[in-house]
Amino acid sequence: MPKIIKIKKGLNIPLAGSASPVVESTPFSDFYGVRPSDFHGLEPKMLVKEGDEVKAGTPLFYNKHDDRVVVTSPVSGTFFELVRGERRRIMELVIKSNGKKEFEDFGNANPKDLSKEQITNLLLKSGTWPFIRQRPFSVVANPNDTPKAIFVSAFNSSPLAADLDYIVSFDEQNFQTGLDAIGRLTNGKVHLSVDAQNTKSQSFLGAKGVEIHFFDGPHPAGNIGTQIHHIMPLNKGEKVWYVSVQDLIVIGRLFNKGIYDATRLVAVAGPEIIKPKYYKTISGTRVAALLDGNVKIDPSVPLRCISGDVLTGTKVATTGFLGFYDNLVTVIKEGTNHEFLGWLMPNFNRYSSSRTFPSFLMPGKKYNLDTNIRSGERPFVMTGVYEKVLPMDILPVQLIKAIMTNDVEKMELLGIYEVAPEDFALCEFVCPSKIEFQTIVRDGLDVIRKEFA
Amino acid sequence: MKALIQFVEKNVQPQFEKGGKFAKFHRSFEAFQTFLYVKGDVTLRGSHIRDAIDMKRTMFMVIIALMPALLFGIWNVGFQHYRAIGLEETLLDQFWFGLLRVLPLIIVSYVSGLAVEFIFAEMRNHEVNEGFLVSGMLIPLIIPVTTPLWMVALATIFAVIIGKEVFGGTGMNIVNPALLARAFLFFAYPAQLSGEVWIDTTLREGQQLVDGFSGATPLAMLAINETQYMPSLLEMFIGTIPGSIGETSTLAILIGAVILVISGVGSFRIMASVIIGGLAMGGIFNLVGINDYMLLPAYYHLVLGGFMFGAVFMATDPVTASQTATGKYIYGLLIGVVTVLVRVLNPAYPEGMMLAILLMNVFAPLIDHYVVEANIKRRLKRLKAVTVQSNA
Repeated sequence: MPKIIKIKKGLNIPLAGSASPVVESTPFSDFYGVRPSDFHGLEPKMLVKEGDEVKAGTPLFYNKHDDRVVVTSPVSGTFFELVRGERRRIMELVIKSNGKKEFEDFGNANPKDLSKEQITNLLLKSGTWPFIRQRPFSVVANPNDTPKAIFVSAFNSSPLAADLDYIVSFDEQNFQTGLDAIGRLTNGKVHLSVDAQNTKSQSFLGAKGVEIHFFDGPHPAGNIGTQIHHIMPLNKGEKVWYVSVQDLIVIGRLFNKGIYDATRLVAVAGPEIIKPKYYKTISGTRVAALLDGNVKIDPSVPLRCISGDVLTGTKVATTGFLGFYDNLVTVIKEGTNHEFLGWLMPNFNRYSSSRTFPSFLMPGKKYNLDTNIRSGERPFVMTGVYEKVLPMDILPVQLIKAIMTNDVEKMELLGIYEVAPEDFALCEFVCPSKIEFQTIVRDGLDVIRKEFA
Repeated sequence: MKALIQFVEKNVQPQFEKGGKFAKFHRSFEAFQTFLYVKGDVTLRGSHIRDAIDMKRTMFMVIIALMPALLFGIWNVGFQHYRAIGLEETLLDQFWFGLLRVLPLIIVSYVSGLAVEFIFAEMRNHEVNEGFLVSGMLIPLIIPVTTPLWMVALATIFAVIIGKEVFGGTGMNIVNPALLARAFLFFAYPAQLSGEVWIDTTLREGQQLVDGFSGATPLAMLAINETQYMPSLLEMFIGTIPGSIGETSTLAILIGAVILVISGVGSFRIMASVIIGGLAMGGIFNLVGINDYMLLPAYYHLVLGGFMFGAVFMATDPVTASQTATGKYIYGLLIGVVTVLVRVLNPAYPEGMMLAILLMNVFAPLIDHYVVEANIKRRLKRLKAVTVQSNA
């Protein structure tokens, strides 16, 4: 029996509407988009102008801090529009698809025959490098570094997450090739974490060239931060990299076929979806293409589309685009309704992880959660509630207070290098004072990154 | 209801917003508004969904948990009164008498405290915090029923300003505001907080106290070693004894404790360790046993005076208690130990609970400091191990 890492702290939020394992054929989308804000810390410098013809794999922009890091077009067509926001910040790059599948040719190769430099160059050139991210800071990896280890999570525990067992079953070969490729980038190991209860796929359990770890427990057991903390906690000055399964498959395709084929399986889920299921589509697709006809429509209820999960995802308009790293679109209600004496009533339709609402008497019930925030922000009052959902040897409140007071030394001592905003998403969810943990953690990480840049 | 809310938001709310006629009272308006209904505000950043709990709900759970102690306390005020004058009255009459005595205390406490809270919220332009909903109920429960109303108002205002607002308001205070109010009364007006104050013995024409009446609490009897009139253990557990309004019934308080622990609002760690600390110190005194008080069985301390009320409702205040899990055990244990220590060894203070909690409130940040240091040391040790490994 392998050693199982038991995660006791955490929370599975009972949100209704998880996707059933059915794949719908590619929905057609005229437009595809890339959002530079998906790549935290990357400053885009444009490589194309509006009207330029692009193929899948044609560089669109590079990182001002390292011009080798480029982001490429997911489809072939025309670079249609550059959407700018306040102070001319680049918000979105829109590509009009020509419906053909034209790819830049990067040359296929067996990663086992390539050196670390050759692999790095191929990943950089093809625009798949940004799939590789680093901890600390949860930003795109620096190609000059050699990480201590590389981590891959073979299961996602967040609410309504896409089932990676199911996703990998369509691309077993490419997944293994992807693992082989990133394995050459580190002198350490590739750590693949699986769910001790639910992972059945031989692509994961039988993966070659990796060390397999078994995790058992509620969300955030599937978060890369939790896994790194329990396998090999990060110290100051160390760097590890991580890649998601879906992104590894794209990397695998690059080596097997020599092209940047950004096809991915996307789960469309949530209580407001009529038939939650999977779609085979391309990175950056317009969200509307995935939702067409599958959303419960009630004119009195505004909806929120989220690229990603409800805890960490990005709010997008239906005319917006699927995020670079995302393989889930969640649709929930906007909570704009008033609730008369809502804080006082027993309220059987509200979910609380605390036992102050009757929801604790109804385990197994799934909830149609909305975006109502319930209260204004308050100072920290309650204690002990955050520790229950953070399975790390980290004192969440003390760390957050160190960030709030901008105490860099304290932040380091309390373990800021080990965390990313997503690790605090559950703290933010359960917080009775409605404190914005994820924003605060991101601010803290930015302060540290600038301090030592 | 929906139409009314829409009317208010459309026509009344703008008056209180920036540029409106009553912009000064923006925060007060908001407090009443959010009290009446949960607003339709949605998440803008971070997690898109949020737990249904909020501060109002949290504080309200404590109020519910206080209800058994409050209702029993109200009845007991009447019960003690009629017993003192030797009259047999129905339960309802006893309750009614108590209600007329206790309700004014509650109203005065809430009005004076909330007034200060609202003023500070407007001055500092933050939302009115819910913390006082609990403090305002706690204050009347931990004072004698005979406390003059003006004293309650004075103590409450003192506690909210000096105990809370000067530190930055809810969440920043060092000591428990409700206990500070009691401590203020105890030291400023000792005559009204000790002696024959526990029973309302106002006599109407023709009434007189029964022969041999003593209004002393069991703790006071123990302190002066006159235990011949001590009530039985059962009476003390049920709570038919003189004392502060809400503290006498261990049973009612335990019901509240169950509500707090199940709802997760009160820390079981703290409650349990206060009790263990008290029992342990009582046990040690039993072993030393050089006077009668020391020989009092340790478990008596749990039903005497404000021990249980303090353990369940006062020590567990999340803001002033230790905030780390390990810290809570240490904090609780020390409260239990110090309480019994003060009771048995210091005849000047028959009740040690208030002082023990206030003392440990002050020490809680220190306890937390060492727990946090231990966490930091674990991390540094890990780093050291890695460095040594890579150098070898």
